[in-house]
Amino acid sequence: MTESRFHPLGLLRAFLRPIDPQLMLILGALLGYAYFLMISASPDRLEAQAINTVVALAAMWVAATISSQRMLSLALPLYIVGVVLLVAVELFGEVSKGAQRWLHVGVTRIQPSELMKIAMPLMLAWYFQQREGQIAFRDFIVAGLLLVVPVGLILIQPDLGTSLLVTAAGFYVIFFAGLSWKLIVPVALVGIIGIGSIVAFGDTLCQPGVDWYGMREYQKHRVCTLLDPTQDPLGKGFHIIQSTIAIGSGGVLGKGWMAGTQTHLAFLPERHTDFIFAVLAEELGLVGTIVLLIIYVLLLARGFQISINAPTLASKLLGGAITMIFFTYAFVNMGMVSGILPVVGVPLPFVSYGGTALVTLCLGVGILMSIQRSRLSSPK
Amino acid sequence: MTEFRTPDQESWRFRRRVVVAGLFVLVCFGLLAARFYYLQVVRHDYFHTRAEDNRIALLPVVPNRGSIVDRNGVVLARNYAAYTLEITPSRAGNLDETIDRLSEVLTIEQRDRRRFRKILEESRNFESVPIRTRLSDDEVARFISQRYRFPGVEVQARLFRDYPQGATASHVVGYIGRINDRDVERIEERGETANYRGSEYIGKSGLEQSYEAELHGTTGVEQVEVNAGGRAVRRLSRTSAMAGNDLELTLDIELQKVAEAAFGNRRGAMVAIEPATGGVLALVSTPTFDPNLFVDGISTQDWKALNDSPDHPLLNRAIFSAYPPGSTFKPFMALAGLTTGKRTAGQAIADPGFFAFGGHRFMDDKVGGHGMVDLHKSIVVSCNTYYYQLANDLGIEGIARFMSPLGFGSRTGIDIPGEAEGVLPSPDWKKRRFRRPEQQRWFGGETISVGIGQGYNAYTPLQMANALAAVVNGGNVYRPHLVRHVVDNRSSAKRVVEPEPIRQLGLKPEHVATVRSAMVDVTKAGTGARAFGNAPYSVGGKTGTAQVFSLKGAKYVEGRVSERLRDHSWFIAYAPAEEPKIALAVLVENGGFGAQSAAPIARLVMDYYLLGKRPNQPAAEDVDAAESDE
Repeated sequence: MTESRFHPLGLLRAFLRPIDPQLMLILGALLGYAYFLMISASPDRLEAQAINTVVALAAMWVAATISSQRMLSLALPLYIVGVVLLVAVELFGEVSKGAQRWLHVGVTRIQPSELMKIAMPLMLAWYFQQREGQIAFRDFIVAGLLLVVPVGLILIQPDLGTSLLVTAAGFYVIFFAGLSWKLIVPVALVGIIGIGSIVAFGDTLCQPGVDWYGMREYQKHRVCTLLDPTQDPLGKGFHIIQSTIAIGSGGVLGKGWMAGTQTHLAFLPERHTDFIFAVLAEELGLVGTIVLLIIYVLLLARGFQISINAPTLASKLLGGAITMIFFTYAFVNMGMVSGILPVVGVPLPFVSYGGTALVTLCLGVGILMSIQRSRLSSPK
Repeated sequence: MTEFRTPDQESWRFRRRVVVAGLFVLVCFGLLAARFYYLQVVRHDYFHTRAEDNRIALLPVVPNRGSIVDRNGVVLARNYAAYTLEITPSRAGNLDETIDRLSEVLTIEQRDRRRFRKILEESRNFESVPIRTRLSDDEVARFISQRYRFPGVEVQARLFRDYPQGATASHVVGYIGRINDRDVERIEERGETANYRGSEYIGKSGLEQSYEAELHGTTGVEQVEVNAGGRAVRRLSRTSAMAGNDLELTLDIELQKVAEAAFGNRRGAMVAIEPATGGVLALVSTPTFDPNLFVDGISTQDWKALNDSPDHPLLNRAIFSAYPPGSTFKPFMALAGLTTGKRTAGQAIADPGFFAFGGHRFMDDKVGGHGMVDLHKSIVVSCNTYYYQLANDLGIEGIARFMSPLGFGSRTGIDIPGEAEGVLPSPDWKKRRFRRPEQQRWFGGETISVGIGQGYNAYTPLQMANALAAVVNGGNVYRPHLVRHVVDNRSSAKRVVEPEPIRQLGLKPEHVATVRSAMVDVTKAGTGARAFGNAPYSVGGKTGTAQVFSLKGAKYVEGRVSERLRDHSWFIAYAPAEEPKIALAVLVENGGFGAQSAAPIARLVMDYYLLGKRPNQPAAEDVDAAESDE
């Protein structure tokens, strides 16, 4: 053992031990795909994205080395720190673009709502673990409260996109823990009817004077723009119009890598971040988009597999929730770019340019790897 | 109701839930795949046409910015069309080489290159950036003939902002400049991003800034067909832009010119207000600057000259600089005495030439004193002793309570940005102002100096003029305003900016009359008589001197102190005395006594406003007046 530690091959093996080869392969495929697209969409950001990728992979590796039991013991402190930071943002946060999201800490500034995306499912998984074997209706109420507080704090910043993701993250844990269908079905029905009626009566609701209770003017604007993008061709509607043109004009095989006219004549807004999917669809066509969907399906399948095989309830819940978060990112982003969901600032997971989201997502992959490893090392 | 389950049951339940989640994922991804199929296969031809054959670009149509005219329709800010030469970096290839070749055809100066670099950094790759502005017809022709050599370089007709009055009233009108990152954030916060698409300029100071929302207008949209090179070839549809609204001011630009000229090369400020409405007739801060320098992005050289000048021409002294009011504070103190009942008009005191308080003698200017002094005389001869006593009787809190509603020590709310609050001292203020407890205590002696307008108190010329206007109109404090009408550019409908009375002071008419009659005698027999003695109209006024430098006991001899340490010269006045049409405050920095520098300027302004008399040189400094002053 002592000998092998200094052996280069032994070192490499020790280094690779926490890595799950299948997940790594899928992740590598996604990151490679992203890089390939970035060369076309925004070549001047390649270097920055490479640095982001290295940092994110390092974060993944660290998460993978921590045992999932130790990780769960961090759940409560992380959650508390997250909530405290969110309150601090509300009190002393920096206002940027009309929303309060950033907190200055010494030299750098952090976005506590991002932390909540990991801390939330961790906390709830830990909670249900404590109650294992005796989970009752009461526990779902407690879990609901644990979820509502930080989501409410993020919502008033206001940051609709992140609060949506955190809500989803928490909801998935509760769902996997066995929330009664009697509760899920009515809520889902209300949601469907609500969305249905907004679509049906959109014209009336989007009149300038109509106030949407609980929503900011810009959020109303986003929904209304989705219903009729031509209402605001220079503003948010511009994004949707241009990205649909990009996707549609891509056709089956696409216009070819580096040959997207929408992309290269700069019609596409934010083409390296939230709208990079439109670049993919334009240049690589339906084939390219289906390939991406398949890679995502593989990622999710591996995530579910790991969760089902996980040794403890907490790690099952956590694994399942993280897998579903990946799905949520992917679905919301592609849905928004292709014009079936409103424009909420959610990046395409593992593909969009930007360090923060990539680190968070890779932390998620690292946690999955750690769960997988704990199965191997558990006495079962 | 608690169900107990074995871990195995939990595990199976979890497995079932994962299956449900997996199905949900597949349905959602199926939905996406269907959507992609719809867009990319079913409607491919449609989108292909839109993207490939007819690349439709949505171009913003930038609205014309509203113009600004004075109360008589004289133009202060307008637009004019001129040609610019612009480079689109994404299509031009090597920029330095392109510019070098361009300079063989047209003159391109070093500062043009610098400005180009600066704008380039702030703009996106596909936006065209000006390399030359204001091309002559000849230059346009020369370039057009060689255009084929310069891909990505184009001549554009653009609107420029022009301030035909140059440096006159520049502190009022302000200027526009290129939108920078900070402006972008502010625009986003207001939710106006769409309306500013295509806009390059935004109001940076003065009315241009405060009325930005009125002046900017509504951006239109043009759908154009763009060819493979990205050049617009055909217009498909157009929603016109709506031009910004025009501003019609209360300001009289001729009066403004007379006032600015009267200052000569002295530093100072003047605000003239119409007492009945709060409308500002003239707002002067000297020295001024030429706002036209800022429109295209100011050159480093010009900026340095303005910014480093010891005279601070960019500073709007009329609204931002606060000075101790000196003796111009006395009429307001007198009114406080009458209103609070601490003094009556007939009551007289004996002035021995000083006021003793706490073992210290507060000196009058006249050695030996003015003898018996009543309220009328106290204003006419500017007797300090009278006000030392009055201040002591009122107490600092009594003074603050009376002065605060007049607007002293708070922003007047004038419709240009950058106003200072000034200082209305009180024990509370001192507590807030100072950190150390021994500095926070209020001393009785400090109240005494406040009584004659020295000590801590400091007010802007705007506050002085507005307070005077409120007193002479019978006690209505208005929010002073520079804009009289906002004119809708399409319908020409005028929206009146209402005179906005902020509060009614509830002054007794006989008290106001007492103070006003004393102020009239100031210009007939008192400290203002040398400037106004022979005026064909009657004026009420008061001179004042604000100490810049405390000489610690030594006698102030003007010639001996350097120019920058000389006292500031104040004069407040209104006319005609019977029914005031104008109330003003003049301040000359380091002008010495009020009667010496400030009063002669007020005379020229009043002569022009009431008689139409145009002076041919700056107001002279009345050196002899120094001898007779307070």
